[in-house]
Amino acid sequence: MVLDIGARSPDFTLIDQTGSQVTLADFNEPVVLIFYPADWSPVCSDELSVFSAAHRLFQDRGARLLGVSVDGMWCHQAFHAQRNLSFPLLADFEPKGAVARSFGVYRESDGITERAIFVIDATKHVAWREVFPIGENPGADGALREVEALS
Amino acid sequence: MSSGATLAIPVGPKDHARGSADAPLTLVEYGDYQCPYCAEANPIVELLLEKFGDAVLFVFRNFPLVDVHEHAEAAAEIAEAAGLQGKFWEMHDVLFENQKDLRESALLHYAQNLGLDTSQIQNDLATGQPRGRVEADFEGAIRSGANGTPTFFVNGTRYDGSWQLEMFETYISKVLKG
Repeated sequence: MVLDIGARSPDFTLIDQTGSQVTLADFNEPVVLIFYPADWSPVCSDELSVFSAAHRLFQDRGARLLGVSVDGMWCHQAFHAQRNLSFPLLADFEPKGAVARSFGVYRESDGITERAIFVIDATKHVAWREVFPIGENPGADGALREVEALS
Repeated sequence: MSSGATLAIPVGPKDHARGSADAPLTLVEYGDYQCPYCAEANPIVELLLEKFGDAVLFVFRNFPLVDVHEHAEAAAEIAEAAGLQGKFWEMHDVLFENQKDLRESALLHYAQNLGLDTSQIQNDLATGQPRGRVEADFEGAIRSGANGTPTFFVNGTRYDGSWQLEMFETYISKVLKG
């Protein structure tokens, strides 16, 4: 089951593309969690480039962006550099997909995460979430609207 | 092929538009002058406009993805500055045709070749007006759910299908037939 709106968000610590640990509980501001199936896949690359370019709009409203996939740190590092992304990519790599599972967006059938966006408010509750068809590039409008509603 | 995402900023008199304002179909492109797909789409849009004539109104808005396209912002701004001298579409086409070189010196050279007043261009760029317009377009793109470059909206709804000529033409014909 996908974690519902209003539910308390599970905490997690994952490493990002530089190897730094990122812990959800450390953020005092709203966080946009962008779960995506895989580094390098065409739809994911477009999706993340759009979020990267829109990062400033989220920052202006006091929110942080975090990308999450089951790819490892080295894969993230190369992908992050190639797309020149402006926000961290977290490696939900070992145990594989554990964070995605805790949010209910791990796909047992093919071992990747759903394409899903969660907006976690400052009190660590799910303010908004949506799971998109795996091949659909969702854009950043829904998350931005929600972050504006929170700010 | 169409999605739930809808155009957040309605088409208005300030838009760069080609075709008839009374056209039954409005096609809005959010594009980036350094994006190779947008350059590929530009002549396709041209063919669609020829084909559909007065039935389609085409609007171009800026969606520069600056993290991947370092010259996209400057190119968008010079197109807007050219627009202040009445040559937006001329510059728009030149930028896509010369996508391989969008450095600042090249941009001014293109402006000169179009017979634009380049010192006026530099003055206009310095005022920040073109930048403000590009930023407003960008924010409008994000609010509309633009999800890559180019993103097309057909009658206000994001079109997620192929923009290759045959597919796009078929889709537009279908929408026009209602």
